[in-house]
Amino acid sequence: MIKNMAEQTKKSFLEKAAESQVWKSIFRGGGVPRNRRQRMMSVLNSVFLHLHPVRLPKHAVKLKFTWCMGGLTFFIFLILTISGILLMFYYRPTIEYAYTDIIDLAEQVPFGIMRELHRWGAHAMVITVWLHMFRVFMTGSYKPPREFNWTVGVILLLLTLMLSFTGYLLPWDQLAIWAITVGSNMARAAPFLGHEGPGASLLAIGDINFITMASDARFALIGGRFMGEAALLRFYVLHCIGLPFIIMIFMAIHFWRVRKDGGISTPV
Amino acid sequence: MLEGKKTATKPPVRKAPAALGETVKDNEVSRRSFFSWLSLGWIGFVASTGGFFTMMLRFFFPNVLFEPVQTFRAGYPDDYIIGEVDTKWKDKYGVWIIRNREGIYALSTVCTHLGCTPNWLASARKFKCPCHGSGFKSTGINFEGPAPRPLERYRIVLADDGEIIVDKTQKYQQEKGQWSDPEAFLRV
Repeated sequence: MIKNMAEQTKKSFLEKAAESQVWKSIFRGGGVPRNRRQRMMSVLNSVFLHLHPVRLPKHAVKLKFTWCMGGLTFFIFLILTISGILLMFYYRPTIEYAYTDIIDLAEQVPFGIMRELHRWGAHAMVITVWLHMFRVFMTGSYKPPREFNWTVGVILLLLTLMLSFTGYLLPWDQLAIWAITVGSNMARAAPFLGHEGPGASLLAIGDINFITMASDARFALIGGRFMGEAALLRFYVLHCIGLPFIIMIFMAIHFWRVRKDGGISTPV
Repeated sequence: MLEGKKTATKPPVRKAPAALGETVKDNEVSRRSFFSWLSLGWIGFVASTGGFFTMMLRFFFPNVLFEPVQTFRAGYPDDYIIGEVDTKWKDKYGVWIIRNREGIYALSTVCTHLGCTPNWLASARKFKCPCHGSGFKSTGINFEGPAPRPLERYRIVLADDGEIIVDKTQKYQQEKGQWSDPEAFLRV
């Protein structure tokens, strides 16, 4: 009996660690959560976990209902971020080196699969984003109070497509150059902002046009009147710094709003 | 000790609110001047933020472009054979020079569909775009595929020494009737 008591009061290593000052200073709220309230607090007090709902209805997270497409998209985004940073250690965004550096990455650098991982991951992310939106649409999860989060989701879709588009140019092969030539030519025809678009000729004083080949939306995109080194550098900076920075802000809002709008929508 | 200290301090004397019509003292901010400072502050904030974003936008339009020159000398008219498409300037300047019985013209190598570069197929005597299959006659007139209009021509003139000058900053479009412009076609 006495021995039993002793065993019960004997603390495990983890429990002891959880009472140490180091643990308490890192994990706000202290020790191992023991009841429902403490478990809730440990989620609310963590910078990573607090973006999530504190609790989820069991039937709402069924794979049959969610397809896990949002989670998969985020997982692929993490893979793309890590593999992308690794690729940046070898890739140089100049006309002289870009193409050969990609070949180099595939053939000589250890774990050359990193580049394939990045490319296939990029394709996969576009697909999972579409499927996620399809699921959200078909389950009516875009309806109030989630209509704002749907809008954030549409912005995330556009940012994903822009990341895909900017990354497409970086190998600087024939496919990339012509795809971006064709793609950026669409900006020529943008209303008011493209020099061949409707309304562009209205933005003029007398004979002086403000929207010309060297001052329109396409120029801002590719940094020149023709595809060249400036386009490669602009797309590289947008792909590696600009767009990921913006998409991370919108992703934080997106996940936080899932929680604030009442968690994952439940099946009717 | 603490208690004693607290009671020792005198309670602050509350000033009576200013009576109607009484002027406000110099060191006090009146309601009116508070709002003028507030609006001034907001105008300053909006102006500096707007100025910064304008600077950011302007930053993306450099004053000097390191691009190939747009005007080049293309040799003498006798360098070109009647009835043939010359592709020697295609890679460097994006121009085909074609001579027919009446004269010489400079065709742009930019496909009018989506901007790819067609190839001159000498055996089929046509320009064929590898991207989406648009086809153009040697005159530049489109006849197959998705291209909506003929290839563009560039300004072509003779220099004083008789050499051909091609100026890519000036282009002529057939559908606008610009090919009849004297500088769109060099009579030889």
